[in-house]
Amino acid sequence: MAGKNVVEITDKNFEQEVSKSDIPVLVDFWAAWCGPCRAIAPVIEELANEYAGKIKIGKCNVDENPITPSRYGIRAIPTLIFFKNGSVVEQITGAVAKSQIAAVIDRIVS
Amino acid sequence: MIYDVVIIGAGPAGCAAGMYVGRARLRAAVIEQFSAGGQLLNYHRVENYPGFPEGIDAFELSDRFVKHMEAFGVERINATVEGIDNAKEKIKKIVTSTGVVETKSIIIASGATPKKLNIPGEKEFTGKGVSYCAVCDGPFYRDQDVVVVGGGDSALEEALYLTRFASKVSLIHRRDRFRATKILQDRVAENGKITTIMNTTVSEIKGGNEGVQKITLFNKANQETYELSTKGVFIFVGLEPNTSFIPKEVKVDEQGFIITDDRMQTSVEGIFAAGDVRVKPLRQIVTAVSDGAVAAFSASQYVESL
Repeated sequence: MAGKNVVEITDKNFEQEVSKSDIPVLVDFWAAWCGPCRAIAPVIEELANEYAGKIKIGKCNVDENPITPSRYGIRAIPTLIFFKNGSVVEQITGAVAKSQIAAVIDRIVS
Repeated sequence: MIYDVVIIGAGPAGCAAGMYVGRARLRAAVIEQFSAGGQLLNYHRVENYPGFPEGIDAFELSDRFVKHMEAFGVERINATVEGIDNAKEKIKKIVTSTGVVETKSIIIASGATPKKLNIPGEKEFTGKGVSYCAVCDGPFYRDQDVVVVGGGDSALEEALYLTRFASKVSLIHRRDRFRATKILQDRVAENGKITTIMNTTVSEIKGGNEGVQKITLFNKANQETYELSTKGVFIFVGLEPNTSFIPKEVKVDEQGFIITDDRMQTSVEGIFAAGDVRVKPLRQIVTAVSDGAVAAFSASQYVESL
């Protein structure tokens, strides 16, 4: 489901992978039945490769992990949440162009 | 490297055009910023594409379109198109997020995006109760009350789809009758979970930290303004064309859809348009693929004439 630079985020590893991460994290909340999630999947993968080491990019399947999405009030997918030091700093809902996501990443990692 | 034809967008129109230009053995590429499929990816099942009397899964149909195109050797470029330079020249330049692509002809098949209502609260609560994709977001509204705004095929289809999850669906339409296909109207009328609210517009979406809580409605028939509690607002009020990148020489109508003749030729020689992005009476998958085939044929003829 994910490329080598994309981390699978689960209810179990969220604390470790996101809250305690030393670099910013982008979590893509998705599900198999969601078309726009499928649409942006290659974009997420490309960004994970291009920004490797600067931001951690993960995908959280909302069907398999009920706790994390509800904790962040996810009511639409895809939703991209950007975390810095464990806190939410930015959020994007729906399929948007790669440049739009990259602009947010640039702002956060700088 | 100069292509014979470059297709912008890999939805049904772009994939069909790609399949045809591939078979014509033209040097061709299709530029897409997302996974191929276009708006098809927003749907669950397709019931009105000929040859599939039981209907077909939207993802499967989309995958088949892409495979069919790729089977004839069309190159895929993953990029966002930002503009078209030298539109009137023999060699046109497509400016993309990953570089400039040179081509003799262009088929614009960039599709359309669901329109916004442009009312207070809509933007603020997008993703927090406001949605433009029932298939994506419906499952988050299990046993809750939701509303659907619109009166066309998409609105009625999505209202019907949402009854799988929601306890009640209120279908709000500004006119006194629906535009949707009769079979969908009949299904809505027969569905016990759907209530229709006609002659009514939504003027505001209100909520708090938890998301949408209520909407303000205006009944045009009796001039009454009132509020309705709801957790979800699904908006399907038509489409707007994806044309931010088109050059000014390409003529569009007052809503921004590209004007073509019946050969899919735009106002600029060598630039064609196909699918939802162009002015047409019926925006469906079947008409998109038809446009794609015609545009491919016209582009081939144009390239040969050079």
